[in-house]
Amino acid sequence: MDLRYSESDEAFRAELREWLARTLPQLDAPPARDDWDGRRRYDTDWQRRLHDAGYAGINWPLAYGGREASPTEQLVFLEETTRARAPYVGVNFVGTLHAGPTILTEGTEEQKARYLPPILRGEEVWCQGFSEPGAGSDLASLRTRAVREGDHYVVNGQKIWCSFGHVAQFGELIVRTDPDAPKHRGISWLILPMDLPGIEVRPIETVLGSSEFCEVFLDDVRVPVENLVGAENDGWRITQVTFSFERGTAFVSELMDSRRVIDDLSTVVRDPGQRRELGHLAAEFDALWALTKRNVSQAAHRGAPGNGGLMIKLAYSEARQRLGDLSLRVLDRGALDLGREMVEERVRTLNLTIAAGTSQIQRNIISERLLGLPREPQVQIA
Amino acid sequence: MNFDLSPDQEALRDGIRSLCEGRFPMKRVRNGFDHEMFGELADAGVFSLRADGFGAADAAVVFEELGRAIVPGPLVWSYLAHSHVDGVVGGLEVAGREPTWLVEHYEHLDSLVVVDDDAVLVVAQRAIEPAAPIERPLDPLTPVHRVDGLPAGEQIGDRELVASWRREGAVVSGAFLIGIAQGAAELAVAYAKERRQFDRPIGSFQAVKHLLADMVVRAEVARSAVHAAACTLDDLELGDVERAVAGAKLLAGEAAVANGKTCIQVHGGMGFTWEVDAHLFLKRAWLLDTVFGAADHHADAVAKMLPQS
Ligand SMILES: Cc1cc2nc3c(=O)[nH]c(=O)nc-3n(C[C@H](O)[C@H](O)[C@H](O)COP(=O)(O)OP(=O)(O)OC[C@H]3O[C@@H](n4cnc5c(N)ncnc54)[C@H](O)[C@@H]3O)c2cc1C
Repeated sequence: MDLRYSESDEAFRAELREWLARTLPQLDAPPARDDWDGRRRYDTDWQRRLHDAGYAGINWPLAYGGREASPTEQLVFLEETTRARAPYVGVNFVGTLHAGPTILTEGTEEQKARYLPPILRGEEVWCQGFSEPGAGSDLASLRTRAVREGDHYVVNGQKIWCSFGHVAQFGELIVRTDPDAPKHRGISWLILPMDLPGIEVRPIETVLGSSEFCEVFLDDVRVPVENLVGAENDGWRITQVTFSFERGTAFVSELMDSRRVIDDLSTVVRDPGQRRELGHLAAEFDALWALTKRNVSQAAHRGAPGNGGLMIKLAYSEARQRLGDLSLRVLDRGALDLGREMVEERVRTLNLTIAAGTSQIQRNIISERLLGLPREPQVQIA
Repeated sequence: MNFDLSPDQEALRDGIRSLCEGRFPMKRVRNGFDHEMFGELADAGVFSLRADGFGAADAAVVFEELGRAIVPGPLVWSYLAHSHVDGVVGGLEVAGREPTWLVEHYEHLDSLVVVDDDAVLVVAQRAIEPAAPIERPLDPLTPVHRVDGLPAGEQIGDRELVASWRREGAVVSGAFLIGIAQGAAELAVAYAKERRQFDRPIGSFQAVKHLLADMVVRAEVARSAVHAAACTLDDLELGDVERAVAGAKLLAGEAAVANGKTCIQVHGGMGFTWEVDAHLFLKRAWLLDTVFGAADHHADAVAKMLPQS
């Protein structure tokens, strides 16, 4: 066990810190929550700056505009950007953390060369079209159909909960290409240009009163066959690859942010019972931080993150919601104002136990994959 | 940075694990602590880890294995006192003038170290007034005696030793506690795969498997905290050692208690029997939660370290 960052990690940290101190004051004020043109511009402008300074795609190959550095440098990057309160990935989330890494691992050389650099340069925004009205936790039951016609797939169906769908140029789309195969076998992973004829995107209002996600209707949409990633009908396996990128460093910024919330809250909490609870939460987030480091160092040394990612998702989302509950109690009737950051955060974090696999599904996965417990009959898990 | 066990630490873990499996099966553990057991642990180097050049992180690896096997005895105290006092050493944390103290493993001790806020004192066991045993100790593997007065004793350390023992004692007992959390989880998982109801293993019911998933997550989160605290003890530049230690003991104690309870629940009626080991995990967890700072104490301590207005 060696928890020290290497000298080169620390040198990277110093250089990045200096760059952040120089760059952040040049940024405009962040746009309003529902100013989507503004948010797209703001987030992609930040991505562009990262790219030009050599900080985009820390662990992506140099050939596609990345830095080709170690997972620990990735951790340092996230630590420093969060500490400096730099912009979050925002609308670049799916491109940089989902679709990009998936194409990097599973795509053809042409696909990598075409799609990866514009993601890192902040030129192209992606969204995720996985969930459907009838296929949420049971994602493999998806019904959106793609029928091969010559050199196109003709796609019909409906996707839902596509975060940033209304500002994206591309979507990672999973579709059914073989309706006769068992449900996990007949799925394919496609790159969907969002400007194709037959696509209609309708924003959905969230509990925050703004529209982070959308419904996407697909009506005879003709997707070129070269947009298939991996083999036809091998899409479920590729989807698992996509999900695996959610582990590792996915929650680093959120964890760091939680620790900042604790520090902020600490300056106003006086009640001894509430202080004890806050101390307890601080210890939990410290521990999750340590678990994150273990996970990242496993990724660095073994090439793949350990199982810690599954556990971090479950433990983090529930701890974060308890932190939010405490902050509302501390604010008392001050919590009646959704415009206050802590109040908005409490409402936003309701999604942590739902998005990217509900807590119930996480527990199923941990007990079945990690502990080897038998599956429940009739219920098939991702 | 490499947070995995080093090859040496893996070897250490495997060595202690096979010692526990070979020499301390549950059948023997259930007979409680004795001098022979102490001798075998001493021969394996459990108490002399520090003198032999190992760090706190190595000790954490060793004590987690001992916890997984719920090996009984005044192990943490004998480990801490090794370079100061010979033989089987028990310990007592005293705060102010209490009317009476509870001493663990009295009959097997050679000496007792007494830690108050200012000093560490050592008292020969013979010098302690005949103590009344607690007839039914909470943890059946940890006999407890009531002691109404302590002889003066000889000082072996000042505030500095007190502080260092409190830190290291919290980390090492925290490591033992994550071993308990792990052992209880393994016991529960094994039972859930084997016990059948409604024509299928109870481990296929979500209500059960979710309890089990929570057990492993709790153990893993606490383990990360204990390992981080142990690494920080070994390398103080890594961060705030007091905060790391407090958080580690807090989470390890909670994980062990929660997993002990859940282990009983998963066993159903069998879990409520003396015969099944589940209660032994829980009872040791309850006991160890009272030493080197209980959960609330550490939560308050962490809260004090947060920024104040
Ligand atoms: C903020 C946000 C952003 C999202 N972004 C995207 C996105 O960009 N792209 C995308 O494709 N999707 C996205 N999602 C969708 C998300 O992945 C799904 O909401 C999630 O997988 C749950 O599916 P569902 O909503 O259909 O709920 P359901 O699956 O209907 O679940 C309802 C309830 O039943 C429980 N449940 C269901 N099955 C089981 C079971 N087998 N065992 C125990 N309990 C069960 C669930 O835990 C839950 O409590 C987003 C969701 C949110 C909230």
